[in-house]
Amino acid sequence: MKENIRLSFQGIWSHKMRSFLTMLGIIIGIASIITIVSTIRGTNEQIKQNLIGAGNNAVVVQVYQNDYAMEFQWTQIPEGIKPIDEKMRNHLANIEGAADASLFTSRNYLDGVYYKKTAFNGELYGIDSHYLDIYGYELSYGRGFTDADYERMTKCVLLDQRAASTIFSGANPIGEVLEIRGEPFTVIGVVAMNSSFQPTIESMQDYWMYAETTSGKIFMTNAAWPTVYKYDEPYSVAIQAKTTDDMAKVSQKAGELLTANLIPEELRMSSQISYKGRNLMEDAQQLQQITNSTSQQLIWIASISLLVGGIGVMNIMLVSVTERTREIGLKKAIGARRSRILGQFLTEASVLTTIGGLLGVLAGIIMARLISQFMGIPTAVSVPSIILATAFSMVIGLVFGLLPAVKASKLNPIEALRRE
Amino acid sequence: MLVELKKICKDYPQGKEMLRVLNEVDLSVEEGEYLAIMGPSGSGKTTLMNVLGFLDLQTSGDYLLNGVSYVEASDNDLAKVRNEEIGFVFQNYYLLPKMSARDNVALPLLYAGVPKKERLARADEALKSVGLEGFEHALPSTLSGGMCQRVAIARAMIAKPKLLLADEPTGALDTVSGSQIMDIFDELNAEGTTIIMITHEPAIAKRAKKTMYIRDGILTAERKEEEEL
Repeated sequence: MKENIRLSFQGIWSHKMRSFLTMLGIIIGIASIITIVSTIRGTNEQIKQNLIGAGNNAVVVQVYQNDYAMEFQWTQIPEGIKPIDEKMRNHLANIEGAADASLFTSRNYLDGVYYKKTAFNGELYGIDSHYLDIYGYELSYGRGFTDADYERMTKCVLLDQRAASTIFSGANPIGEVLEIRGEPFTVIGVVAMNSSFQPTIESMQDYWMYAETTSGKIFMTNAAWPTVYKYDEPYSVAIQAKTTDDMAKVSQKAGELLTANLIPEELRMSSQISYKGRNLMEDAQQLQQITNSTSQQLIWIASISLLVGGIGVMNIMLVSVTERTREIGLKKAIGARRSRILGQFLTEASVLTTIGGLLGVLAGIIMARLISQFMGIPTAVSVPSIILATAFSMVIGLVFGLLPAVKASKLNPIEALRRE
Repeated sequence: MLVELKKICKDYPQGKEMLRVLNEVDLSVEEGEYLAIMGPSGSGKTTLMNVLGFLDLQTSGDYLLNGVSYVEASDNDLAKVRNEEIGFVFQNYYLLPKMSARDNVALPLLYAGVPKKERLARADEALKSVGLEGFEHALPSTLSGGMCQRVAIARAMIAKPKLLLADEPTGALDTVSGSQIMDIFDELNAEGTTIIMITHEPAIAKRAKKTMYIRDGILTAERKEEEEL
């Protein structure tokens, strides 16, 4: 075996150009697969990070009907849901694995919000004093909500930076008045996400919004919410988990707790209403599936290159058998068994394709790096895929080298020696 | 008796007909003999050599080597016999061009499963015995024809076979080199190796202890008039 490998390297080295050209198909095939796999992995990793939140670990638990979150913009508020009080909020914040909890209401598709007759169509939140901390917002300028704002239901709002620039395009918004469903709200401050929390996309919806909208978010106190919307609108809960791994557990626990305590049984049974957490991992997996299926098709296409590469290897090995007929004849004459000749040519083919595979892996890593650098697409090279690609290229050598090797091993020594 | 051929026939298909290349050949060779077989081209001498070397099997008849018949033997068994019992020397040496003299010589031992260290030591010794000490690392392309043939003899003898088959061993060499090869054959024979050599050169055949003639596939002990030409 060692001898065969040594001879194979010798053979490859003595036909450098030919060997390289033969390997090229394998190199291109393996390089493309490594690049594609790295890109998928990178994209998937980013989707997961975007959805899970890069650090805040916040999960939203809200009222669901069947499998859909209820949007109170369009649907009637079901009667009988008990409100979440401060005691319950405290309880939620103390679930095992939870760090904090916030009560809020929201509108994702706004209407009726104007600044000097220009409509704003971003998002509106009615939040408690925990919300901004959980999502990692910090005050950029102006002031935040005070206890007095909550107690007096002051008609004031905070804008995130995007909303500030959308509505006021650079002018100072502090003290300006927005009209929200006919009521005047004064802008008191602008908040921005803590840099370690960016990009922060907390849901599937936000993921698309992030790409589509430039409008931004407006925050008012949840105390002031009933002045523009209905007073009995059930709160959603944002719970911060201690770690990413705790998120699913925490959201499930909170959902069960809220459903059991706040939603009457008949409402649960007849209308299928319950509190549920958005399963962000599932959302992430759904998105990842989209990228995965497109990439799988790409991998199939790249595999064609491997097939063509394999045929190239077979072709060149057949040429090699013909060229070395006399060598084979001599070896058989002086006592080489069939299996040895077979082994020699199989080793040669698989050494050739394995070197091609390794070069392909190298080229793939370089290509992945270049793509992430110049096109801004995240990539992550995975070690298992490298090992798999190398092993696979070795198998290609064995499969496509088999026919030439069998042909060589079956050569009749006298005919082989006679051939000039 | 080392070699015993009994009514060996070998037919080759030629078109729709079968061409008889060896016709009821009888031959007995004792251990230690040195036999030359002469014959014009197409007489069947190379075919006889191939049958003797188990490179080809007879169509009918019996061939006993050391009293054993290999008619029913498998491919692998024949490879083992060729490896252990027979040494081959060809007119065109058939050295592997990318291997050093030492590696060429050691090749039969590789197939016999001898460990590398021992293989190389024995190859060096074999090269020394044919007067090529110092040429262990030389590639065949850098050696003269006579030297190449000496490497080939070292390769043939490295496994210490009882029988050496030589097919026109001096056919590609000048007279001086040819004579040197014959000297080596004499030595090998003196040491007990049985040699069967095919040649069409009477001067070379004379170096053997005994000469036989083949014509149209028939092996005889007498020479015919035309063979002089």
